[in-house]
Amino acid sequence: MTVFLEVIVSVLVVLGAIVMLIGSIGLAKFPDYFTRLHAPTKASTLGVACILIASMIFFSVKIGHVDFKELLISMFLLITAPVAAHMLAKAGLHYKVKMKDSTQNQHLAKKAYLHQNPNEK
Amino acid sequence: MLSYAILIACGLICSALALNAWRLIIGPTTPDRIIAVDTMYINSIALIILLGLYQGSASYYEGALLIALLGFVSTSAFCKYLLRGDIIE
Repeated sequence: MTVFLEVIVSVLVVLGAIVMLIGSIGLAKFPDYFTRLHAPTKASTLGVACILIASMIFFSVKIGHVDFKELLISMFLLITAPVAAHMLAKAGLHYKVKMKDSTQNQHLAKKAYLHQNPNEK
Repeated sequence: MLSYAILIACGLICSALALNAWRLIIGPTTPDRIIAVDTMYINSIALIILLGLYQGSASYYEGALLIALLGFVSTSAFCKYLLRGDIIE
């Protein structure tokens, strides 16, 4: 493994870990359920993608031919993360989680809740 | 150099896991706890990939794929439980 590739793999690994830490700090620090939902679903996907690309480069150099196995995990995560976030947002609306007054577009949340449960007023 | 980078990344991801566990414990509502569990799944995928890089063996990849699959399934099952009060209708 040449020094150049080693530097690229190291930078990708550390960058991915930093992005994941930023997402978790957002999850821990944001004041409101919907802002907390926004933080990890974006940052964690990018972080895992960085680490998986680093792993792909490392094992491709080690084996000697290009290996796309890790790409499967990143494609799966990229497809399922928005679906999971949508389901979580629906569950939060249904659960009537408290929103702060400064959270924007609250009338849209109310409208979506009434669309989900048409029987309530 | 790569081993130092992997150790630094392990430290960062472990602190991210600790933050998620904190949110899992204090989370005021149940959906907050579900987000914490979902993020813990994703962070543990990265931790397992880092272990595979550190040991230089490509066989940890299947475990990571299994964790990704089960994480998505469990998140959707939790959400269905909150939305409908039942997992399998």
